[in-house]
Amino acid sequence: MEFGINPLVLMTFFPLVGVLVLVFLAPQQKNAMRWTALGTSLVTFAISLWVLFLFDPNKADNLLVQIPWFRLAGVPIQILMGVDGLSILMVLLTTFLTPIAILSTWKAVEEQVKGFMIFFLLLEVGMLGVFLALDLVLFYIFWEFTLIPMYFLIGVWGGKNRIYAAVKFFLFTMAGSVLMLLAILYLGLQAGSFSQPELVANRSLFASMQLLLFLAFAIAFAIKVPVFPLHTWLPDAHVEAPTAGSVILAGVLLKMGAYGFLRFNLPLFPQASVQAAPVVAVLAIIGILYGGAVAFAQKDIKKLVAYSSVAHLGFVMLGIFALNPQGLSGGILQMVNHGISTGALFLLVGMIYERRHTREMSEYGGLWKAMPIFGGISLVVVLSSVGLPGLNGFVGEFTILLGAFGSKIFGSPWFAGIATLGVILAAAYLLKMFEKTFLGPITKEENKSLKDLNLREIITMVPLLALIFWLGIYPQPFFNLINPAVERLVQLVQSAALVLH
Amino acid sequence: MTRMIDIYSILPVMIVAGWALLLLVVDLWIPRYRKGITALLAAVGLAIALGFVLASSGSTILGFNQMVVLDGFASFMQVLFLVSGMAAVALAYDYIQRMNINHGEFYVLMMFSIAGMMLMSQAYNLLMVFLALELLSIPLYVLAGFARTRLESEEASLKYFLLGAFASGFVLYGTALIFSATGQLDFVGIAAVVTAGSANSVLFLIGSALLLVGFGFKIAAVPFQMWTPDVYQGAPTPVTAFMSVAVKAAGFAALMRVFLVLFPSLSEHLTPILWLMAALTMIVGNIVALAQNNIKRMLAYSAIAHAGYILMAFVAFGNGEVVRNTVAATLFYLVAYGLTSFGAWALVVVIEREYGKGILLDDLAGIGKHYPWLGVAMLVFMLSFAGVPLTMGFWGKFYLFRTAVQAGYIGLAIIGLLTSVASAYYYLRVVVYMFMKPGEPKLQINPWVSFVIGVAALAVLLLSLMPWTILELASRAVLLLQ
Repeated sequence: MEFGINPLVLMTFFPLVGVLVLVFLAPQQKNAMRWTALGTSLVTFAISLWVLFLFDPNKADNLLVQIPWFRLAGVPIQILMGVDGLSILMVLLTTFLTPIAILSTWKAVEEQVKGFMIFFLLLEVGMLGVFLALDLVLFYIFWEFTLIPMYFLIGVWGGKNRIYAAVKFFLFTMAGSVLMLLAILYLGLQAGSFSQPELVANRSLFASMQLLLFLAFAIAFAIKVPVFPLHTWLPDAHVEAPTAGSVILAGVLLKMGAYGFLRFNLPLFPQASVQAAPVVAVLAIIGILYGGAVAFAQKDIKKLVAYSSVAHLGFVMLGIFALNPQGLSGGILQMVNHGISTGALFLLVGMIYERRHTREMSEYGGLWKAMPIFGGISLVVVLSSVGLPGLNGFVGEFTILLGAFGSKIFGSPWFAGIATLGVILAAAYLLKMFEKTFLGPITKEENKSLKDLNLREIITMVPLLALIFWLGIYPQPFFNLINPAVERLVQLVQSAALVLH
Repeated sequence: MTRMIDIYSILPVMIVAGWALLLLVVDLWIPRYRKGITALLAAVGLAIALGFVLASSGSTILGFNQMVVLDGFASFMQVLFLVSGMAAVALAYDYIQRMNINHGEFYVLMMFSIAGMMLMSQAYNLLMVFLALELLSIPLYVLAGFARTRLESEEASLKYFLLGAFASGFVLYGTALIFSATGQLDFVGIAAVVTAGSANSVLFLIGSALLLVGFGFKIAAVPFQMWTPDVYQGAPTPVTAFMSVAVKAAGFAALMRVFLVLFPSLSEHLTPILWLMAALTMIVGNIVALAQNNIKRMLAYSAIAHAGYILMAFVAFGNGEVVRNTVAATLFYLVAYGLTSFGAWALVVVIEREYGKGILLDDLAGIGKHYPWLGVAMLVFMLSFAGVPLTMGFWGKFYLFRTAVQAGYIGLAIIGLLTSVASAYYYLRVVVYMFMKPGEPKLQINPWVSFVIGVAALAVLLLSLMPWTILELASRAVLLLQ
């Protein structure tokens, strides 16, 4: 505001400055490109900290930007952006993970560095836009826009099956989002506005259709999360994506789906949300158990981490659809936790892959002896993903289970009870993976001479480790950011539930 | 008695037609190796006509005893035709030299066809509609076969001619039936008879259906699309580009003018037919395009599919509340589609080296890496075709689908959206080959062609950030339509 430009707009579009610089760099100036991208994303992170400083958790519309864009057949389409407790952590997660992911590509990406960095920064613009947009059309534009850079990151810089994975990723997401587009068009026609706050206020105008509208939005978001049985694109995309792509995919892109439920499904269609909650919860639990079981059977470490995402996101969905304060705030915090822990896991997988060019667990064993720093960091990250008390994963999962246990909408402790089995499963597959790769004697000759992490790699991991401990030991500041927004959302949904019963 | 105002009402058409006649003569003195002059002169003629169109836009005139009308709708369409004409000349200049078909008549024929299209957008009498239809079609039959002695080109020409002749026959027969039903040929008269309720309703309905068939051929709607892939593939690529944009637009101009003025009372009967046509066009176009390896054929089927999206919004032509949006959305989409389509065909012109040798997807391999700007431009066009945001194609589809939902055709909208997802697959295949497959393409890029590509790509992107510019023009064009 002080500079006459809204910090949200500045933050969202700042990466474009980096894109502009990158376009004019010569193809051989690879290091200049890397530094440009890193610098741009760090400045974006700094702006996001400024946003955090200006942020007031008790207000619903922080730093609201409202610029009329144009009118289509009489209905205004606006550039309407704002940040609240539901989105602030997602924004910070995005700006925090992007520089880390860029740092991880320093040696891993040698081909067409320019294109890679341009797409990465464009992706950041898209992701920030998704979390900040409050106009449905603007949201849809950003939502679809994120597809293109990710599609290229997987398709050009990915593994052997990259083209298949990239196209599958694109088509799955697009198939979901066209139905959402239809619902958005319908909402715009019924209510004469695309602005989320206005639609929430006038939701009686489309209340009669809300179950179908809920479904149209839910399918789009459920594919992204992904909710069982719409998850099949995820393992392919994760395994084929380059490391930095996997980090962002797991860390941020999947959260866009869960965030969509929070921002649109619950407040716009509260009655339908209450009605659908048990169904979504059952799917979430299937996802938790199925993801865990499949992860247990994997021989490829990256695939294992990919399936663990399905399970972890199942917890997030369970928390959200418990529709009470603990469940929702636990869900949001778990989104952050998963971003950090799984992002870190993918980074670690990437580091070992750069050294040995294989991800088969059977190729490793006893790595701790060859690479003690790597082993130590991996242990912390694995335990955080398992949900060990004192580390971040525990806080989120525990709050979610607490919420699910007490949820009036589920009306049965069984939901939480069965989901708890997922925690045990997580311990089983992650610790099995850790044991097979790190413990015991070194079985393969090639692994003896592996170099431990260098300074750049350690710098990449340190911020993640710091957050893992901070969130695990003292999560209160994070909950303080989320809670007021969650309270408002819960009130809104529960008043709808009262109407229903 | 011809009044000045009559002349004024069709002045741009006269300029184009007259200029073409002059050019035909002038071209005799231009030596074979200097045919660039003919191209330049043709472009200048089109530009002058464009100037006159822009100067006279905003007025509403019925000229020649209500034979023709000049209104915002006509002006909008005429700008579209003239700009596509200029773009086609820019594409053709280098192309016909390379393919050894460098004859000056090429440009002259194109101008005659444009004159026909312009007249089509102004026609306010069924005979004028027929006259314009013939004037736009006959030069195109020749243009499709312009690379004569090449079998593909001759095949394209013959197919287009035979089926086109049938289409003209349908239009003429429909005109005759409507005349016998109402005793009138001009729109004002027919509308008056219909409102009075003294028209023979059976003959009138059959007549309208026959006109729909005739126009269906021109816009390549299923089940009248059979000629499209073969003609688009065999005709010289700049002609194909011109056909896929301008002829389609002319067909829609006729369809909208005739149906909105004459047939709103028949909407009850025609709506189910249009619904089915729209659904089939979207489904067949997109599904068959999935299986194409030849880019020209793929783009041909994609052109069919896009006619389906427009038809989807057109189904509601009899619904007074929605119809303004139908027209505005169609005009807007034609601009979006025209820009995208010209850009994509211009890329085909760049890649095509030898006449008739089909361009397969494999020929695209490596372009993204070796010619990044060309690759990015094609990416923009493909995304715009698929309707991905931040392209004009997105807003175009957004408006069309909104219109369909507003009219209550949600089932049709769902078909349209799901087929768009299918279409994303084949558009993405182009991107996959360009950016994700290794290859060593050697391209010669003519500055005029790259100019067309650059302008089209920039327009598709920049106009998507300020779509109101075109939207306002489109909605103003609706207000003046009678």
